[in-house]
Amino acid sequence: MMEATVESTIEQSADSLVSRPATGERAPVAEGETVGSPFVDSPKMAMRNVDVFYNDKQAIFDVSMDIGSNEVVSMIGPSGCGKSTFLRALNRMNDTIEGARVEGSLRLEGQDIYDPKLDVVPLRARVGMVFQKPNPFPKSIYDNVAYGPRIHGLVDRRADLDDVVEDSLQRAGLWNEVKDRLNQPGTGLSGGQQQRLCIARTIAVSPEVILMDEPCSALDPIATAKIEELIAELSENFTIAIVTHSMQQAARVSSRTAYFHLGKLIEVNDTERVFTNPEHELTEAYITGRFG
Amino acid sequence: MDTSTLLAITAALAALAYVIGRGRSLSQAADIGGIRKLNSLPFYYGMLTALWCGLPALLLLVLWLIFDEAIIQALLIESLPADMRDLGGSELGLLLNSVQNIANGNSAGITNPDLLAAGQLLVSLRENSQRALAVVVLSGGLLFGVFGWARIRPQQKARFQVEAVFKIVLLLCSCIAIVTTLGIVLSVLFESLRFFQTVPFFDFVFGLDWSPQMAIRSDQVGGSGAFGAVPLFAGTLLISAIAMLVAVPTGLMAAIYLSEYAGSRIRSAVKPMLEVLAGIPTVVYGFFAALTVAPMIRDNGAVLGLDVSSESALAAGLVMGVMIIPFVSSLSDDVITAVPQSLRDGSFGLGATQSETIRQVVIPAALPGIVGGVLLAVSRAIGETMIVVMAAGLAANLTANPLESVTTVTVQIVTLLVGDQEFDSPKTLSAFALGLMLFVVTLALNYIALHVVRKYREQYE
Ligand SMILES: Nc1ncnc2c1ncn2[C@@H]1O[C@H](COP(=O)(O)OP(=O)(O)O)[C@@H](O)[C@H]1O
Ligand SMILES: [Mg+2]
Repeated sequence: MMEATVESTIEQSADSLVSRPATGERAPVAEGETVGSPFVDSPKMAMRNVDVFYNDKQAIFDVSMDIGSNEVVSMIGPSGCGKSTFLRALNRMNDTIEGARVEGSLRLEGQDIYDPKLDVVPLRARVGMVFQKPNPFPKSIYDNVAYGPRIHGLVDRRADLDDVVEDSLQRAGLWNEVKDRLNQPGTGLSGGQQQRLCIARTIAVSPEVILMDEPCSALDPIATAKIEELIAELSENFTIAIVTHSMQQAARVSSRTAYFHLGKLIEVNDTERVFTNPEHELTEAYITGRFG
Repeated sequence: MDTSTLLAITAALAALAYVIGRGRSLSQAADIGGIRKLNSLPFYYGMLTALWCGLPALLLLVLWLIFDEAIIQALLIESLPADMRDLGGSELGLLLNSVQNIANGNSAGITNPDLLAAGQLLVSLRENSQRALAVVVLSGGLLFGVFGWARIRPQQKARFQVEAVFKIVLLLCSCIAIVTTLGIVLSVLFESLRFFQTVPFFDFVFGLDWSPQMAIRSDQVGGSGAFGAVPLFAGTLLISAIAMLVAVPTGLMAAIYLSEYAGSRIRSAVKPMLEVLAGIPTVVYGFFAALTVAPMIRDNGAVLGLDVSSESALAAGLVMGVMIIPFVSSLSDDVITAVPQSLRDGSFGLGATQSETIRQVVIPAALPGIVGGVLLAVSRAIGETMIVVMAAGLAANLTANPLESVTTVTVQIVTLLVGDQEFDSPKTLSAFALGLMLFVVTLALNYIALHVVRKYREQYE
């Protein structure tokens, strides 16, 4: 199973699309199988049969799905269902947790990211991450954004670094608010600004994929709206996977939605389909608020 | 009845008062429709009664113990024949001393019938005093207990009153610490002032020569002594600097390893070991320094052709540094661990390696706390005594050469005060002046350090 190639799974997904009714009655679903369309053509990231363990406790069970280029995929589900765990597996952030273990195949543009010979440093530069709680470093705003380019040696000249910092802050929609105080500590910004600073910090290393773990859960509605706007803009250049506990947010920002339940991937479908006509009864139970 | 029995009986009385007071509140509650009609829980009524009984008894006991010696002595002097009574202070003191001895049962060699009679009197006075004490304390406790018991009403704010009493008790306890500190500071300060009457302050602080051999009698030869403390400050600084050079890098790196790299198994094995290091008495470090490290340094120095004194600043400083390692490492470990994991995640998420994360995110974030810990360690090094007493020597050399023998402020305080000394010569008084200096410096260091650490804590909630 771990050797499942991308081509064969695409066929599989095409199969499942025709074999399932598009609307109306839900077909009885086989135990443990993901319904909907988890796979796409030429995926950016392809995950097959992923299991994640914390010591002996399994948190993710046999999850297979694709993330397409320049799409926004949202991951929803009751808390504790393993959304963060799965997301962290995508850039090997689980490596930093003692006792965490990932099995299965996870590929970024065909390259196995859990290859023992692979260096996580360039991987994490390609797959960046924005966290639930804004976590600016105790450094100036400038140094926060310059941190990534510096450690990766992306720029040689100070002027180039200035450009990268300005460009990243521009794209994170923060430039106008902070351009006069780049030397002040990033920790002095408001929560929403801090989170946009963290996004700027992430895009400063020009990643291909940005993983966001509930990026708005610590923010007020106005700051949230700004971040959501930002996500829409970023999706032109980046592939984004976002975990959210807000179904409205998933509906607003993402094109595809994955529903997790107790460590299993239950359903992946176009966002609209998931929220109007879910294929799986568990998904429906969740979006209609029967548990959450 | 001796005092400890009396205390036990008073405690029993208070316990009884608790039970009875609680019972009374319960029975009153029953009359008016249950515990919920009471202002406070029955526990507080019991407690209040117990306090009414116990506190006055205790107070009486303390007052009695404070004053009874004086009263007994006055009565005793009153009973002595007039010629003895009129003797001067110290001779009368001697007489009273022998009376005490007689009363304590060793009247050997004393034949004066007046004194023997006085001894008898003292014995009976003491017995009476004990008896009266018991009566006063117990009846006082009983009386006030009954008073408290009689005051119990359902609407009485018992909980409020009990808590007020406990608040006062807590306040008194914290006052004891403060008052004691204040007393110590004042006594050191006054003795120092006396010292500065004979030796000018600036001669002391800026003088380069330390040889506190003051003539005790005016006709004695041996000069007037020199009280320039600079060599002591310099020696203290030298040894502390060596100690910090050892302790800060080692302790910090140990802390980084333990908090960032070590797995939980290594961590749980190494941390207790470091704490054992912190629990070794400094006197043990002292003889380790004097008997092992100092000769080793001297022999190795001889091999290299260096002239190392057998009591070198280096030996004392090295061992003191080792002693302080666990101090530095556990304080640094605390602040490094307190750096939120989210900061590390943020750095890893950008593709930073672990060492980049530690150097550029974790250490800068923890730096204020680490600085605070180092300052606390410096203040410990400066105040450390045993190791330097045993390993650093007594010669007040003004030198920056760590291979020579130096002395420190603490060592001099010890040598000045050890042995029979008169407490009014400049020699002994200078110890207080040194103590004052030490106190001021360590107080300042601790204040700054705690301030820095607190600031740091606030930064991360
Ligand atoms: N560091 C960890 N160690 C052990 N178990 C963990 C750890 N992190 C998460 N888990 C467990 O894994 C499961 C999934 O957690 P998580 O991925 O955080 O869920 P979600 O993000 O969907 O709320 C939960 O049961 C949680 O208790
Ligand atoms: Mg989560």
